[in-house]
Amino acid sequence: MAGLSLDLLALQIFTGLALGAVYVLLAIGMSLIFGMLTVVNFAHGAFFALGAYAGFLVLTLGGNFWLALLAVPIVTGLLGMAVEWGLVRHLYGRGIDDPLLLTFGLAYVLVELIRIFAGTQGLPFDTPDALAGAVDIGIGYFPLYRLFVIAMTVAILVLLWLFLERTRLGLIIRAGARDPEIMRVLGVDTGRVWRLVFGLGTAIAGLAGLLAAPLQGVSPEMGNAILADAFVVTVVGGMGSLAGAILAGLLVGVIVSLTALFAPEAGDVAIFVLMAVVLLIRPQGFFGRAGLMS
Amino acid sequence: MSAEHGRRMGRRGVLRAAAMLAAGAPFATRGAEETPIRIGFPVPITGPYASEAADQVRAAQLAIAEFNQAGGLGGRRAELLVRDDKLDPGEAATRAIELIEKDRVDFIVGSLSASVQLAVNTVTKQRGVLYNSISQSDQIVNSPDWGPTTFHEAMTPHMTAAAVGRYAFEKLGKRCAYVAADYAYGHEMVAGFRAVGATMGAEELAEIKMPIGTRDFSTLMPRLQALRPDIVFLCNFGRDQQIFVKQAHDSGLKRMTHIVAPILLQTARLAGGAQAFAGVLGGTSYYWGIENEVASAKAFNDRFRKAYDGHLPSDYGALGYSGVRAVLTAAAKAGGTETAKVAAALAGMKYDFYKGPQVYRTCDHQSVQAVFIIESKANGSVPDDVFTVLATVPGQEDLLKTCAEEGLG
Amino acid sequence: MSAAFLTRAAGHRALLAALFLLVLPFLLPFRATAVNVLIDGLFAVGFNLVYGYVGLLSFGHAALFGGGAYATGLALLRLGLPWYGALVLGLVAGAAIAGIIGVLAIRTRGIYFAMVTLALAECVYYLAYQASGVTGGENGLRGIVLTKIDLFGLTLDFVDPLTRYFVIAAIVALALAALSRLLASPFGAVMEMVRENEARARASGVDVRAVKMLAFVLSGAFSGLAGGLQALHLAIVPIETLDYSTSGMVVMMCLLGGRGTFFGPFIGALVFLLLQNLVALISSHWQLPVGLVFMACVLFFPRGLWGQVTRWRPA
Repeated sequence: MAGLSLDLLALQIFTGLALGAVYVLLAIGMSLIFGMLTVVNFAHGAFFALGAYAGFLVLTLGGNFWLALLAVPIVTGLLGMAVEWGLVRHLYGRGIDDPLLLTFGLAYVLVELIRIFAGTQGLPFDTPDALAGAVDIGIGYFPLYRLFVIAMTVAILVLLWLFLERTRLGLIIRAGARDPEIMRVLGVDTGRVWRLVFGLGTAIAGLAGLLAAPLQGVSPEMGNAILADAFVVTVVGGMGSLAGAILAGLLVGVIVSLTALFAPEAGDVAIFVLMAVVLLIRPQGFFGRAGLMS
Repeated sequence: MSAEHGRRMGRRGVLRAAAMLAAGAPFATRGAEETPIRIGFPVPITGPYASEAADQVRAAQLAIAEFNQAGGLGGRRAELLVRDDKLDPGEAATRAIELIEKDRVDFIVGSLSASVQLAVNTVTKQRGVLYNSISQSDQIVNSPDWGPTTFHEAMTPHMTAAAVGRYAFEKLGKRCAYVAADYAYGHEMVAGFRAVGATMGAEELAEIKMPIGTRDFSTLMPRLQALRPDIVFLCNFGRDQQIFVKQAHDSGLKRMTHIVAPILLQTARLAGGAQAFAGVLGGTSYYWGIENEVASAKAFNDRFRKAYDGHLPSDYGALGYSGVRAVLTAAAKAGGTETAKVAAALAGMKYDFYKGPQVYRTCDHQSVQAVFIIESKANGSVPDDVFTVLATVPGQEDLLKTCAEEGLG
Repeated sequence: MSAAFLTRAAGHRALLAALFLLVLPFLLPFRATAVNVLIDGLFAVGFNLVYGYVGLLSFGHAALFGGGAYATGLALLRLGLPWYGALVLGLVAGAAIAGIIGVLAIRTRGIYFAMVTLALAECVYYLAYQASGVTGGENGLRGIVLTKIDLFGLTLDFVDPLTRYFVIAAIVALALAALSRLLASPFGAVMEMVRENEARARASGVDVRAVKMLAFVLSGAFSGLAGGLQALHLAIVPIETLDYSTSGMVVMMCLLGGRGTFFGPFIGALVFLLLQNLVALISSHWQLPVGLVFMACVLFFPRGLWGQVTRWRPA
């Protein structure tokens, strides 16, 4: 290819990592919910879109982007907990299909509610002034806001790690993911822990939606397309594995980015080829536990 | 923001009214001399182009109302049967079959995508029903899709690219790159620009085909910035276009090059925001701002404002108006709704409904019409004030492919 | 309806189905939709073979349905085959694609099986999309015009709505009868054994892999036939038939009606299409009630609508 320099390749890979950051956030929430509750959350994309719209609402009501960063995860997290309490909870013990299908229907409902209240047309979402523009990162110019998204992702991952490794609640969650029986023996109210995990997952999804809004604007369908990508990431990484979600998210981002450079029209199919290849060689994904889900 | 919000509310109301009308229509009694002229109108009322479709419905209803107020066709009134094609060709074909078989429509007008219009066209051609398509496609006026009952009120990508290309290569530079959605519309636009570019000494640096529905174009920016073209031709549509423009703005690409979208939609600009779109050039079949120069545009805008409390028609909406009005005018000329007679009246028909003179070319039924070159404003006075008209490329046959080139010689 | 009547009727499910198909076009306000019910119904019944009877959740059935549609369409358009030959080719194409996907995917299980089938079906979509010289690409395959069909010396007008309905209904009825026989055969029992307990089936000497494979290929044949019928009905093959939303739709239909029941998927297709078309007439927000009904079904009728009906029936 003409004009292919080392700098361009480096910039392309870096762009892929930035893209992967959003995948990581979505996949980590999905993996958290799956690893703990064995619920494949098809409504995860809808929570992503809800997060973006909630952020838009905060801005319309006179708030700023920083306030939205605080408010959005609280809103989508509480909504997720309500969904778990009102709907998902009743399906525990019924196998994998039922919660999957319930959240599938829920996604329809949530997206349509967005259309009813905010219109079918997308809405503009400007990059916050402080983060607008591009900066020189040594290999070329890069949008400042995308650097911010990477930084936010790292911050969220660190906080999540601290929460899971350093708090009592985190200990309970980790124990529960390995063996729910232990929790019952220890006298933990499992229902509350599961609700919290579901809410944590949807809170991160909403936050990811808000972070994506200045990148692409907001639209009711914004979660549908990215849901498929997030699934690929979660499955490739190994369902229920947080490390897998991070690794696979970054990998998928880089693959999408390099495909755009060398064979742009294959952008959609590339990640599905990746998934097929990974699963045929290693049916449980990178870090998934063999035997789970069969 | 509140003005734009109000605009959407208005659209929904109209849509509901249209749907009610459509739902009630099958139960209307049909007297012998009272048989209305029925026009089927499949458009994507749900899906990503719902707002464009809502505008199409509003404008089409205006054409129906005008026709009926003028006394109809010897007392026969016209009615519009709106159907949701869900932007899906299979759904559109099913709706078209039902419109013909069950609702016994006289004509079908509508569609908002290349694949949907080709699906509807297959159905109407098979059953000898007249169809006037109101969205862009080269293929529909090409063999083997075209048929004697096929009419095309919208522009073709070829003529759009010809008009926009002439302007861009002359004023903005010769070194260009193409970013195209990987489907017929994108390919046809690129082919159109190449045809013009060849005559004007243009230099092509790259053609990047991206899957339709791409949500992130940041991956293209490093390469485009390295290439430093004078012009990036953005041959995609709707949300894809909106996202590209936003990310080109954020990455700084917009400051280095001219972004030219052959079809720059008013609705996409409203959804994308003024900041991101400022300075983006493009072509359009209609912009309400031409009303100071074109008398029929002023008349159309005024009637639209009056009917829909002050709102203005959008580009694709206006096509719904002219598409329906053309068919009704031809029916009045033919003195009835018989397909062959109306088709004969439409072929070669000269008209000026809303944008200056137009004519349906006899050999392929393509509407020859003006293309407007527009630029997105940084800030307008009202929500609808989004573009500046830079030039008008008058509708001439040399913008079109010849019918021999289309396989219709 | 008395319980005795229901019990007796269940013994004649093929007859019951034929009767239902006979009156359907007169019950529905839309005839072209009635044909879609037949086609999607057959597709859902074919899907149910792997999901309901063997317990494999496939998210890649669009490739089987769409593959059949393209094969039939191309056979008529490019090969000039008679309509029945084109339909057979659609059926074979569905089975063949199922064979290829099956060989690769059968080794995975559960949610991973769903994801592998999804990924492979996406590859089929991409191939069809890029091969626009053959398939028409994003514009879809157009102009599969079939106006007259010959049947046992009779020439029928295929454009006439009722004739078209009954020709397609007859083919669907034949396919359902074949499926009914298949399920009543020993193979039907073996399939359910695999679904209920794979380990026990293996211990009883059942070749589990072969059973799954055979069921998947048969499912592909039914799906391919349904796709072929759609190509004849609509005279086009939209690229959307290969899209993952088609795979999602058939899962929804099957569940709505009741997985693992004979008529369930068919009822699911009927309810799904009716709901969608009727609500779309009054409101552009048809996805809201459809989503709510779907959630209600999962919560309150996990066996599906028809599954619930048969459950009330005394044994």
